[in-house]
Amino acid sequence: MADLRSTFAGIASPNPFWLASAPPTDKAYNVERAFRAGWGGVVWKTLGSEGPPVVNVNGPRYGAIWGADRRLLGLNNIELITDRDLYVNLREMKQVKMNWPDRALVASIMVPCVEEEWKAILPLVEETGADGIELNFGCPHGMSERGMGAAVGQVPEYIEMVVRWCKQYTRMPVITKLTPNITDIRKPARAAHAGGTDAVSLINTINSITSVDLDSFSPEPSIGGKGSHGGYCGPAVKPIALNMVAEIARDPETRSLPISGIGGVTTWRDAAEFLALGAGNVQVCTAAMTYGFKIVEEMITGLSGWMDAKGHRSLADIVGRAVPNITDWQYLNLNYVAKARIDQDACIKCGRCHIACEDTSHQAITQFVDGVRHFEVLEEECVGCNLCVNVCPVDNCITMVGLEPGTLDRRTGKPVDPDYANWTTHPNNPMARQAAE
Amino acid sequence: MGTTQSGIHGGRLAPADYERNFSDLHPPLDRHEALVAADRCYFCHDAPCVTACPTAIDIPMFIRQISTGNPLGSARTIFDQNILGGMCARVCPTETLCEQACVRNTAESRPVEIGRLQRHATDVALAAGHPFYRRPERSGKAVAVVGAGPAGLACAHRLALKGHDVVILEAREKSGGLNEYGIATYKTVDDFAQREVDYVLSIGGIEVKHGVKLGRDFTLSDLMANFDAVFLGIGLAGVNGLDVEGENLAGVVDAVDFIAGLRQAQDKAEIPVGRRVVVIGGGMTAIDAAVQAKLLGAEDVTICYRRGKEHMNASPFEQDLATSKGVTIRHWLQPRRIVAREGRVAGVEVEYTELRDGRLSGTGEIGILAADQVFKAIGQTFAAGGLASLAMTGGRIAVDADGRTSMANVWAGGDCVRAGEDLTVTSVAQGRDAAESINRALTADTRQAVAVA
Repeated sequence: MADLRSTFAGIASPNPFWLASAPPTDKAYNVERAFRAGWGGVVWKTLGSEGPPVVNVNGPRYGAIWGADRRLLGLNNIELITDRDLYVNLREMKQVKMNWPDRALVASIMVPCVEEEWKAILPLVEETGADGIELNFGCPHGMSERGMGAAVGQVPEYIEMVVRWCKQYTRMPVITKLTPNITDIRKPARAAHAGGTDAVSLINTINSITSVDLDSFSPEPSIGGKGSHGGYCGPAVKPIALNMVAEIARDPETRSLPISGIGGVTTWRDAAEFLALGAGNVQVCTAAMTYGFKIVEEMITGLSGWMDAKGHRSLADIVGRAVPNITDWQYLNLNYVAKARIDQDACIKCGRCHIACEDTSHQAITQFVDGVRHFEVLEEECVGCNLCVNVCPVDNCITMVGLEPGTLDRRTGKPVDPDYANWTTHPNNPMARQAAE
Repeated sequence: MGTTQSGIHGGRLAPADYERNFSDLHPPLDRHEALVAADRCYFCHDAPCVTACPTAIDIPMFIRQISTGNPLGSARTIFDQNILGGMCARVCPTETLCEQACVRNTAESRPVEIGRLQRHATDVALAAGHPFYRRPERSGKAVAVVGAGPAGLACAHRLALKGHDVVILEAREKSGGLNEYGIATYKTVDDFAQREVDYVLSIGGIEVKHGVKLGRDFTLSDLMANFDAVFLGIGLAGVNGLDVEGENLAGVVDAVDFIAGLRQAQDKAEIPVGRRVVVIGGGMTAIDAAVQAKLLGAEDVTICYRRGKEHMNASPFEQDLATSKGVTIRHWLQPRRIVAREGRVAGVEVEYTELRDGRLSGTGEIGILAADQVFKAIGQTFAAGGLASLAMTGGRIAVDADGRTSMANVWAGGDCVRAGEDLTVTSVAQGRDAAESINRALTADTRQAVAVA
């Protein structure tokens, strides 16, 4: 049985599945239920400064997009940080931590970019027995208009400054949560690292409008006919999150930095992918908000089963395993040749591969062979683009098969070159030509 | 009264039983169900379901339009190819047409519910009263359509769409043909056939004359003299006889008359049915009569078919429907005579059959099935007068691929021609295509239509 115990930035938890700072972690009632369901840790919903709490809208807070059968693919929200009194939250956090000493309890914090504010709140949080703090530099809506959240996360200098204050005023591990609403995620990560952060977590939500009501012409969610951009999350954002995690994991400046992977983690597979790309643990929100806390059972058994099947004994065996395989486009092997292959026994003859290839790609899939509806790859036309695989509704019906070195590539009429060769040395590359001359 | 009293009686059941027994066989999908069902469509390229549809409705497109919240656009896609798409959604044997071709059968042995989705979209359009089609400027040409059944209606609608004046001549009191008189009641409830007729006619430019019969009130020559073109969609008005002793006894009934009577009856309790009913035949009519006899409260209903299960014209779905309602289907039995007692039916003497050297023969083994009512359902035949020397083939009107008959300016389609299966959807396709052919002929200068050889 694989060991799923996790130690992230010095914080121990029985498994790497944490609930992200969000509505599911806003009060003791929910967090108690989460821990009973098996979650390894929670990042408590973001605390603000002492005093009157923020207020939320009294209309819809969420918008969504759906796939087939109304499966929720993407969710956005315009909810702010906790709208409960700071001391109520602190009291509950303390009690919950006492009740569940083996689980991770991290406090998310967002106060104005003023040293005194951070200096004031940190001891209060520390007193609860929380295992660490997460700096919310990510919230893209509402709070950012007030100079907090993503407004900080978009300015590397501010990140570094605030992280320094926190490291100065608390013994607790500091996790810096990053916003994806920025051009190059490595810059804020480097700034957090420079400030001395113990870890980063990402991604926070993405600026978004989920839809427009075509009767009222109001964006969704609509507050009496008006809307504001919200923060987008859920399965749809996972590819964006994976890339940003990988960017930080393979950046020479930040490669040692622990990463808490966030963004569309819905199943154990998603979690395993984040771990493989360098995340030390994962945080989940939308999946729990869609299906309830019970999903963690599937995540735990799924991850554990896969690790057992593959002989991975602990998280250390898998964290970062895919990072060396992320490279720049220019270093990809141009001598690797793959062709699509259609399993005729699995093919249901829907014709989607054909029309996708015929209309939009390389005219490399037949529709009829000898007058019979039959979909077959024409290797002499196939560039191995993978579009047919992606549009095929049957799992594993179409696969990409790499040609062995030396075999004939019927598209080029040449044998597959066994040697690695990339763009940097390709004769069509003007830079390579210059270098050669 | 109940189901066990001998003889032929109405009112065997309680009013609520009639209501339940003759309600919608396949209740309509509500919006949510339709969206879930529509999600299963893969939007196949050059989709096999379209090829399998005699009217070639763009099925993936209409389903996509349902899933994108555009049911009216979906209905338009359907009606463009098949103006009787609402009835076809109810009565098509989809399990042998579009749904049989659905790639989801290969994927998981369960097709997209195309028929029910088609009904959903067309119901939305009919409920919205959306006409979609309006007659354009009049062409000045006039066409006579004989028969207001599916073929005639489809032909008339398409002709009106081209601007031609259409007069439909219909022998019966109501339009609709078999849609009105020949389909089991539970397949088309709430007077749908008439609502659909009204919808078709709402295009304008179509006049329907009821109670006028070809051969009795007018002849084909009359029409040819007064119209630019004629379309014959006269169906099969005759019924095959059993040709056995006792066929004319009280209690021996044509199944088509029984089915029509049920459709027209406001109160199903008025329709008399036997305690023990024997239905002779193996097609859809036999099934419709047998099932409905059972639903009227007959205690025992047996279909006798002289060949094997695999030879039955009724689809496997229809056979299963019958057996699920308690109908017994017996094969390899042929009637020898109707047994009488006191001038009424008392039973059917039957003989086992077998195929000998490919020919059906009696084995000589004889028995009697007790019955107080016998339905004859061994096929309809072409029966019409006033057609002069119109060429026939195989007992029906000979036509070419465009529906042209042997006579200039005369087209025909539907069950009265020898082409395609005898299905509503086939009739619609033939009526529609004949209309296109008529339109080409009427608009192509003065050239005469060429007769078939």
